[in-house]
Amino acid sequence: MRFLFKTDYEDDIKLFPHSGYVVSYGLLLAVLLIAPYVLSSYLMSQLVFVCIYATVGVALMILTGFTGQASLGHAAFLAIGAYTAAYLQKYNVPFPVYFLAAGVLTGCIGALVGFPALRLQGIYLVIATISFAFIVEEILARWESVTNGNEGMRVKALSLLGVTVSRDSPTFYFLCLAVLVLTIVGTLNLLRSPTGRAFVAIRDSETAARSMGVNVALYKVKSFAISAAITGFAGVLFAHKLSFISPEMFTLQLSIEFIIVILIGGTFSLHGAVLGAIFIVMLDPFLTYLKDDMPGIIAGIAAMFGAGTATVANVQSKVAAFASLNGLKGAIYGIIIMLFVLFEPLGIYGRWLKIKLFFQLFPLYKRATFKRQKIYVKSERNR
Amino acid sequence: MSYFRAENLSLHFGGLKAVDAVSFAVEKGEILSIIGPNGAGKSSIFNLISRIYRPTSGRIFFEDHDITEEPPYDIARLGIARTFQNIELFENATVLSNLLVGRHRHSTTQLWQELLFLPSVRANEKVHRRRVEQVIELLDLEPYRDKLISGLPYGVRKVIELARALCSEPKLILLDEPSSGLNVEETDDMSFWIRDMKSELGVTVLMVEHDMSLVNRVSDRVIALNYGRVLAMGSPTDVQQHPDVVAAYLGA
Repeated sequence: MRFLFKTDYEDDIKLFPHSGYVVSYGLLLAVLLIAPYVLSSYLMSQLVFVCIYATVGVALMILTGFTGQASLGHAAFLAIGAYTAAYLQKYNVPFPVYFLAAGVLTGCIGALVGFPALRLQGIYLVIATISFAFIVEEILARWESVTNGNEGMRVKALSLLGVTVSRDSPTFYFLCLAVLVLTIVGTLNLLRSPTGRAFVAIRDSETAARSMGVNVALYKVKSFAISAAITGFAGVLFAHKLSFISPEMFTLQLSIEFIIVILIGGTFSLHGAVLGAIFIVMLDPFLTYLKDDMPGIIAGIAAMFGAGTATVANVQSKVAAFASLNGLKGAIYGIIIMLFVLFEPLGIYGRWLKIKLFFQLFPLYKRATFKRQKIYVKSERNR
Repeated sequence: MSYFRAENLSLHFGGLKAVDAVSFAVEKGEILSIIGPNGAGKSSIFNLISRIYRPTSGRIFFEDHDITEEPPYDIARLGIARTFQNIELFENATVLSNLLVGRHRHSTTQLWQELLFLPSVRANEKVHRRRVEQVIELLDLEPYRDKLISGLPYGVRKVIELARALCSEPKLILLDEPSSGLNVEETDDMSFWIRDMKSELGVTVLMVEHDMSLVNRVSDRVIALNYGRVLAMGSPTDVQQHPDVVAAYLGA
């Protein structure tokens, strides 16, 4: 086990507490940089989606994980970013300009959504953000002069400094990775400054935050704006990656996927946002794989146990019918969320920390270390 | 003019007069205790001062400045910090970040500077960190710096709340039952710290307290309340011997 010996206040401020972090994150970055020259094009494409989802995950983590304001409207922010890019691109606006414009516009709309949210708590805030998402979805479908309605919009390959960057090229992947890394670094910077601490204070006790001089309303709006702006940036990349956008891509399902990203990754950490993004992006091909191969595998098992050919064929078709049921994916998502909330509330990252601690303390690790205690001291809350 | 003044402060919940035309003044550098039976309106007065409640009538002055209409977050910015009866710490954060939130009123950096963590932000952070360290040293919190609040015992949390209030470098500090839930030893420590706050940091203290031995040890003056009204005001011994106060506590 490593004991940190701090000799300077700088030690509490710096991003990497000790050299081990520099080495491991350096290695990770190196692997990510050589990935496009090693991985198959399909995996690369998935990796780009991981970057985009992780960026949205970090954005949502700021709002939900750190400020404690739930949102089921992030698909709408993503849509606003994506449509801004697609619309401005039609008028030959250069990429850096519409990239920034999308972020700024989405941030402003996020701030506007934040205002009504000031008076809402918990489930009511969730409902308010869902209705916001529905409104945006409806506007995208009806405002045909700008969004081309349900027909959707084509998004051309982006051109950066006069070079066309195709959505499958390594350059596009590097761009997404850079946006993700910059978002994470920016968020970490925020978290070690007064604003980030004010967010966490609001999450844990609004009353105490207020009595310490935090303008709760202002910081909630700031949190909404920052979160929305980052999602808007991700939206631009999302639009370019898909090369075609239409309103039905930005439904409630997508917002729920973003919530899953942070819930499953681990609610209070940026690691969680990235791990959750990997999980959700890789879950999809995994489910498709199961859907295609499961009937065959189960039929094979049935045959192994000596079932007749007719029965095997019957089993195979039954399983195939079940696997292609409508809404099965949603049900699987739901079950996964429930299992995580019940058994691993700290998410994948929480599990990773436990595994790490197990090895650090090796023979001494106790099961009860992470047992959740209920301490009743907050009997009276001045809400 | 007094340093801090409440004039005819009232708080009515419908027909219930939680605080009823209470007037008192706190002089700079004194320790004033408010005592009274349960439900006498002591904490309500605190919540009125820190603007969690809006007074039904009456005015509050601090440094000759009317603060009755100030928004709650500006109360802290003016230099009035408080602790809570039922601890209100930021549970899922470390002790250090809890204390740094106490420094919030001194933060001057803008959002964009913080996103980039410019040298000015870094320099400010170091100043905050040094101030926090001074408070940690004063209140013997060294062993807990990087611990999460959710894992700490009640007595320590109580001290951390005091520390968080001190980190804002307040001019006036409101302590809501600083000794509730503490054992004899911890209460002793608390009384030393309260006197240190006055003598070393020059903080004016207004506190609500039930433990009469603590009140006697630290207070310069005492106010006794019952049913939202002031029963008696004066030195600790005078107030305790006042017939109305005895009647309120023991029954007439």
